[in-house]
Amino acid sequence: MALDRWIALVFVAFCCVYGYAAFFTMDDLLPPILRRNPVWPSTFPKILSVLGIIVGLIILFTAKPKPQDDEGTDGAIDIRRLGDYHVGQAVGLLFLMVAYALTLRPLGFVGSTIGFLLIGSIILGERRFHILIPVAAIAAGSIWYLVQEVLGIFLRPWPALLM
Amino acid sequence: MLEGLLIGLSAAITPFNLIMVVMGCVIGTFIGMLPGLGPMSIIAIMIPVAIGIGDPTAALILLSGVYYGAIFGGSTSSILLNAPGVAGTVATSFDGYPMARKGQAGKALTIAAIASFAGGTIGAILLMIFAPALSSVALLFHSAEYFALMVVGLSAIAAFSGTGQVAKAAMMTILGLILGTFGEGALSNTPRFTFGLMELQSGFSFITLAMAMFALPEALFLVMNPARAATGSGSSGKITGMRITRAEARSITPVIGRQSVQGFFIGVLPGAGATIASFLGYAVERNIAKGAEQAEFGKGSVKGLAAPESANNAACTGSFVPLLTLGIPGSGTTAILLGALLALNVTPGPRLMVDTPEVFWAVIISMYIGNLVLLVLNLPLIPYIARILTIPRSFLIPFILFFTLMGSYLGQNNATELLILVGFGVIATILRFADYPLAPLLIGFILGTMMENNFARAMQLYRGPSFILERPMTLALLVLAVLLVLLPSWRAYRARRRAEGVADGD
Repeated sequence: MALDRWIALVFVAFCCVYGYAAFFTMDDLLPPILRRNPVWPSTFPKILSVLGIIVGLIILFTAKPKPQDDEGTDGAIDIRRLGDYHVGQAVGLLFLMVAYALTLRPLGFVGSTIGFLLIGSIILGERRFHILIPVAAIAAGSIWYLVQEVLGIFLRPWPALLM
Repeated sequence: MLEGLLIGLSAAITPFNLIMVVMGCVIGTFIGMLPGLGPMSIIAIMIPVAIGIGDPTAALILLSGVYYGAIFGGSTSSILLNAPGVAGTVATSFDGYPMARKGQAGKALTIAAIASFAGGTIGAILLMIFAPALSSVALLFHSAEYFALMVVGLSAIAAFSGTGQVAKAAMMTILGLILGTFGEGALSNTPRFTFGLMELQSGFSFITLAMAMFALPEALFLVMNPARAATGSGSSGKITGMRITRAEARSITPVIGRQSVQGFFIGVLPGAGATIASFLGYAVERNIAKGAEQAEFGKGSVKGLAAPESANNAACTGSFVPLLTLGIPGSGTTAILLGALLALNVTPGPRLMVDTPEVFWAVIISMYIGNLVLLVLNLPLIPYIARILTIPRSFLIPFILFFTLMGSYLGQNNATELLILVGFGVIATILRFADYPLAPLLIGFILGTMMENNFARAMQLYRGPSFILERPMTLALLVLAVLLVLLPSWRAYRARRRAEGVADGD
């Protein structure tokens, strides 16, 4: 089964769960006065879940149009040759983003951002540390200044322990 | 209209707003050149900055400038490196890149700049004429019609998404609508689908979703396939001979005129946008051209370059018509703009011209100014602009990812948002692999709440769904919506059956 059909299958399952919640559990908490309303908070989700299941099933069961065999001149990614791409780097960067989310508060903006930019470049194969470190430090510092001082949005620059 | 123009002029020509136009165009041009970062990603990244400004006029001026700049910047990388930064400029590379290879890169960039300028300006004039007319009609609309109109908009987006894609686009739209129901609804303030999580109380942030749908998958694709970026090579060093001859100017003038008008009207249609306008513009001009000129298309024709360039800029302006007059975004980019406006406490729609005319007219005026700035800025800077394309990807990609994270974090000031971003980013990347269009998802998400509110209001007014039958306009619009989805599906089905028949006959 092609990936798009797998996705349609997951979507149908998701709509079933969503629809179950809309049809059977959501209205339990509704105050009696609102029950007299012609439209409930669950009305729209109910319609959407039914529509979603129908469209998902259409994708699942209709024949797929023939794949276009145009060689990707724009660098499109062909899922059948996934092994040829730098999937490891992409996954590494995703983990790095999660790590950034988890360290942003405890380490402070400046520290975690320098770390993110440095490790991100290292994952992508950059080894010129004499350029990398100053670029990361200047970028982190200037963006903190722009956000906190110019835009007035609070960003803790240093680790929580120091502040 | 004259009064409006004066209001717009006085609002747009303040030093601060002029700086915003220039800043927007510069940022848009530079980031738009980076392959993979389209106007949607750039605007999504710029939204926290725009919201930080606080003044809706200035914010919208900045974002429109970024939009124009990004489209123009995309042409630069299409011409110089055959690496279109934006889908709307793919057609530009058909003739732009061959011209660059023939040593006419300077000339190609000049034609692109002039065609973009003309397309944008003619588009702005048409917008000025059509938007007030449409918005006076739209004032007659009630909630029931609004609901129906949004259904039409969403089905049009699905219908125009291309052969074999209708069901997929519809599925993505429904997914967007479903995601829009998470969190506290405006209807009754009852939390829905929050699973008891505080973070989901106010629903998903549209900035996070926009970043996750566009910026993050693009960045990941760039990582996975370095060929996509194609940086570091090409003719960025020497750009000479920017002059165009009188004969060339004479041959491209009618092309620019035609394609600006055609592009504008294509841009007005929901779901069509700059990409379709540029391809259609190119195709139309190739068909009109005769003999030798037609043979030149694809090998470095000035007409083939001017057509998509003027069409895509005019279409960008055209896509503002439904946004500003009906409050319905026709494209992913205008959907993001709509979200930004809502965050700034401005509700686009027919009341916009009545309640806050200065916002409406200032945007139109700033479009003129933005086009002028782009021309003035880009012509002399062309050789320098190209240098940015030589930044190594190992530096570029961490920065793109970092700006994506920051955009999402600053919107909510909440680190959990970043985890949601990564989660949705992974889902969006998988959806991209399977060729699911992502713009309908975001449009559905943004329109979902509005659509539900209008639906609920109509239901309450008519004590049930009888409004569909009692208001002929609503019924007509809903029938149109059904036809929009069914007709392309029916045609695709017929074509498939015919193809199967031929195969069987062999």
